[in-house]
Amino acid sequence: MKQTFAIGIGGAAGQGVATPGDIFAKIFSRRGLHLNAYNAYQSIIRGGHTFLTIRTGPEKVTNMGDRLDLLIPLNQDAMDRHLRLLGAGAACIYNSDTIKPGAAAEGAELCALSVSKLADITRNKVAQNTLAVGAGLSMMGIGFQALEQVLAEQFNKKGDAMVAENIAIARAGYDYATANFRPFARPLPMTTANRYAVLSGNTAMAMGGAAAGVKFYCAYPMSPSTGVLHWMAAHARKAGIMVRQVEDEIGVVNMTIGAAHAGVRSMCATSGGGFALMSEGLGLSAMMETPIVVIDCQRAGPSTGVPTKTEQGDLWQMLGAAFGDYPRAIAAPLDIGDCFKIIPEIFNIADRFQCPGIVLCDLLLSEGRLSVDPKDLDFAPVVDRGELITTASSGPNGDGVYKRYKITESGISPRAIPGVAGYTHTAASDEHDEDGVLISDEFTNPTKRRAMMEKRMRKVAGIEAAVPPPVLWGPPDADVTLIGWGSTKGVIEEACEILTEQGISANQLQIRWLVPLQGDAILDILKGARHTMIVENNYSGQFARYLRSETSFVPDGYIRKYDGEPFMPHHIVEAVKEQLSGKSTLSVPVHEILV
Amino acid sequence: MATALAATNQVAMADLKGKVDPDWCPGCGDFGVLAAVQKALVELQIPNHNVVTISGIGCSSNFPGFINTYGMHTLHGRALAVATGVKLANHDLTVLVTGGDGDGFGIGGNHFVHSMRRNVDLLYIVMDNQIYGLTTGQTSPTSRLGMKTKSMPFGSIEAPVNPISLALAAGATFVARGFSAEQKHLTELIKQGIRHQGFSFLDVFSPCVTYNHDNTYQWFRPRVKKLEDDPGHDPADWMAAMGKSLLWDDEIPIGKFFERTDVPTLHGAEPVLNAGPLAHADTRIPVEVTRSFVEELM
Repeated sequence: MKQTFAIGIGGAAGQGVATPGDIFAKIFSRRGLHLNAYNAYQSIIRGGHTFLTIRTGPEKVTNMGDRLDLLIPLNQDAMDRHLRLLGAGAACIYNSDTIKPGAAAEGAELCALSVSKLADITRNKVAQNTLAVGAGLSMMGIGFQALEQVLAEQFNKKGDAMVAENIAIARAGYDYATANFRPFARPLPMTTANRYAVLSGNTAMAMGGAAAGVKFYCAYPMSPSTGVLHWMAAHARKAGIMVRQVEDEIGVVNMTIGAAHAGVRSMCATSGGGFALMSEGLGLSAMMETPIVVIDCQRAGPSTGVPTKTEQGDLWQMLGAAFGDYPRAIAAPLDIGDCFKIIPEIFNIADRFQCPGIVLCDLLLSEGRLSVDPKDLDFAPVVDRGELITTASSGPNGDGVYKRYKITESGISPRAIPGVAGYTHTAASDEHDEDGVLISDEFTNPTKRRAMMEKRMRKVAGIEAAVPPPVLWGPPDADVTLIGWGSTKGVIEEACEILTEQGISANQLQIRWLVPLQGDAILDILKGARHTMIVENNYSGQFARYLRSETSFVPDGYIRKYDGEPFMPHHIVEAVKEQLSGKSTLSVPVHEILV
Repeated sequence: MATALAATNQVAMADLKGKVDPDWCPGCGDFGVLAAVQKALVELQIPNHNVVTISGIGCSSNFPGFINTYGMHTLHGRALAVATGVKLANHDLTVLVTGGDGDGFGIGGNHFVHSMRRNVDLLYIVMDNQIYGLTTGQTSPTSRLGMKTKSMPFGSIEAPVNPISLALAAGATFVARGFSAEQKHLTELIKQGIRHQGFSFLDVFSPCVTYNHDNTYQWFRPRVKKLEDDPGHDPADWMAAMGKSLLWDDEIPIGKFFERTDVPTLHGAEPVLNAGPLAHADTRIPVEVTRSFVEELM
C-alpha cells in the first residue's frame, strides 16, 4: 500500500479552517509531495461544521482516503464528531483549554495543547490554529523552516509584526510537540525533484479556458461554480478576458452566445439550477450553430437541493437540455488536472462542429484541490477554431454567393463573423434555409426542414470521430470491472488497488466523454468482463440508465451514493465484496463521517 | 450608440433590402420602422457589414430577416443579452436591437432593466403595439387597463408598464419615443439613437391593425405631440423628462425625452477592451503572464 498521510481539520465556519489547510498544502506541495484536499462544508457563513481533509503522499493522491492520521478539532463539536474515527497510530491535537477529549481508540494519541499557556490569546484569536499547525509539522518530521517561510508569505500583507507574532506562536507549538508528543511512525519524505501547483477544479477550468483562448466569460454566482467566476474576474485584465456578472443565467447563456457569434471563444459556468435556466439558450446555440462552452458544476438536487454537497445527478438534465434534436458534446473531467485539459479539447469540438459543448463537473472536483504538475497546465494547447471566416478574403466570396447554413456533407457550414464585408446573413433561432431565411412561418417547407435537420445532425458523426474511445485501466482479465464516470476516477482507482491487495483483481472503465458515448467501444471492452458494477454519485443510477439506453448493456451490480458526500475507497471495496458474495446487486454505502 | 462611418458615399437603400419581403400584415406599423431604420443607415452611411440587427421573437422580431445587415433572430426576450455579448466581443460593430413590447417589457423585462443600467452602447427599438400579435392577440405589458383581449376577455385589470418612465428610472442615457406614421421624425430619432454613445431606448408606436382595435393610427394621430415642437423642453433635464413621460390620453409626447452623454459606456469602462475589439485579439496570453498564473498556485 502506498504511503499517504491525512489531516482532518474541523470547526465552525469562520473559525479559520481554511488557513491551516492552505499552510499544510503549501508545505506539502513544496516538499515534492502530492496532495488532495476536500472540504465538507455547509451553506452558512458563520457557524455550523466544516471539515477539511488534506491527504498527502509521495505518489499521486487521488482522493481523500479512508482514514485520518492527524485530527485537529477547533471546537468541541469537531472533536465529538471525528475522534472516534481515529485508529492506532493516529493523533489528535486539540486546545485543552476549551475542548474535552472523548475516548480515543487504542493506539491513538491525544495531544493536548494549552493554548492560553503557549500563546497570548488576547492578542491572537486564531492562536490555536497556528499552534496546532506547528505541533503537527513537528510530529510529521518536517523542519520548522518550511512553516516559517509559508507564514511569512501568508501574513506578509499584514506587516512584519504580524509575521513575527505568528511565527513565534507556530514555533511554540512546534517546540512543545517536539518535547511532549510522539512523532508519527513514518515521517513524510521530501523530494526536491518536483514542485506542484495546488489548485481547485474551478481554478483549473478557468485557467483551461484562458489557455483555450476564451475572451468572454460571464456568470451568475452559484455554488459550487462560483470559483470559476472568481478566478476569471481576478485575472481578466492580465489575461485579456472580458468578464461579466450577469442578472441571471438566462442572460448569461445568451450573452455568451452573442460574444461567441461575434467571433470570440465564450464560456460560462453554473450549477444545476442555473443550468436549468440556460436550457433554452443551449437550443439557440445549436440552432444558430454558434459554439459555446457551458460548465455545469453539479451539486445535490433537485431544486436548490444541498448547495454545498456533491452529486452526479445532472446527467439526464444535460442529455435532455433544450427541446428538439441537436448535436452537442458533453464531457466529464476525471480529476482536477483534467478540468484544465478538457476545456481546450471541448472548445475545439464546439468550434469545429459549431455546437454547444457541456462540461459536466461536480462539487468534488470544483471545490476540491489537487497537486498538479505545472507541466500539465499547458497554456499553448492546440486551438482549432474550425471553419471560421474572419476577413473578407478568408473564405468563399460573399455577395449572394455565401450561404451561412450551406448544406454540406459534414454538416459544417463555414461561419462568417459580423463585420466581414460580403457575408451578411441572419442567424436564426427559427428554422431557416441555407441562406438563413426563416422558414418557420410562411416559407415552411417539409423538404427544406428535413434537409436542415439532417445537415445539423450529420455533425454528430464528425463529433464521434473526433472523440477518443474510453480505455480500460488495470489488468484486462480481472475478477471485477468497476465502471464510473467523471470525478469518481480517483476513488475507484484506489478501490481497485485495495481490492487487488486483498486478492480480488479489479480493473476500471472510466467514462470521460458522455456525448458522444462511443457505445460500441464500451461494449467491446465490457464483453470480456467477469463481473461489472457501475459506481456513481446519485440515486437512480443515471449513467447506468443512460448506458443501457444507448447500448442495452446491463451490469451485474450498482454502487451508488447520494448523501451529498463523495465516495471513500472503502465504501467501494466493501460494496464489491458484498456483491461478489452474492448478497446484493445494489450497494448504497453509509457515510460514517458526520459532516 | 456610436458608430463607424463609411469612407465613401456608398450605402444605398438597395443595399439594405433583405433577402425576403416582410410578411407583416398589410398596414402594420412595423413597415414604417423598417423603412426608417434603412433610411437612417443610408443617411449615416454605415456599411451594412458593420451593423448587427438583433431581435427576440414576435412579429416585429422578424425584422433582422428583412434588412440586409448581419442579423440575429434569437430567443423570446433575450435579444438584449445576446446584443450585449456581441457588443462586448466587437465594439466596432453598430448594434441595433429590434423587438416588440411583449418581448422587451414582458419576458425580457429583466434584461431590459439591466442593459440600461449598464449603459450598453446600442440602439434598442421597441415596436410597441400594446398587444401580442404573433400569438393572435393577447394582453401585453403595455396594454391599457380595461383593454379586452383573448387572454383577458373581461378587460385587463393590470396597470400597464410605462416604458419611458421605466427607461428613465433604470438609467438609460438616451430615451425617446417615435410613431411609425411619422417617418421623418422617426428616422431622425433613429439617427440620434445610433449616434448616441450608450444605451439608446426608442419606444415606437407601431399599430397592430389586426388585433389592437383600441390603439389605432386614428387613435394616435391627434394625440401625439412632438417634444421638438415644445420650446420649453430640455432633453438634459431628467426630472422634466420624467414628468413628460407620465403624459397620456389627450396628449402623448413623442420625440427625445432625455439624453446625457457623460456616462461611460459598458465597453468604454472596461480596460480589457483598450487594445481593441476582442474579436480581433490574439488568443494566446503572453508566457510571462501564464507563468505568473501557475506560480500563484505553488
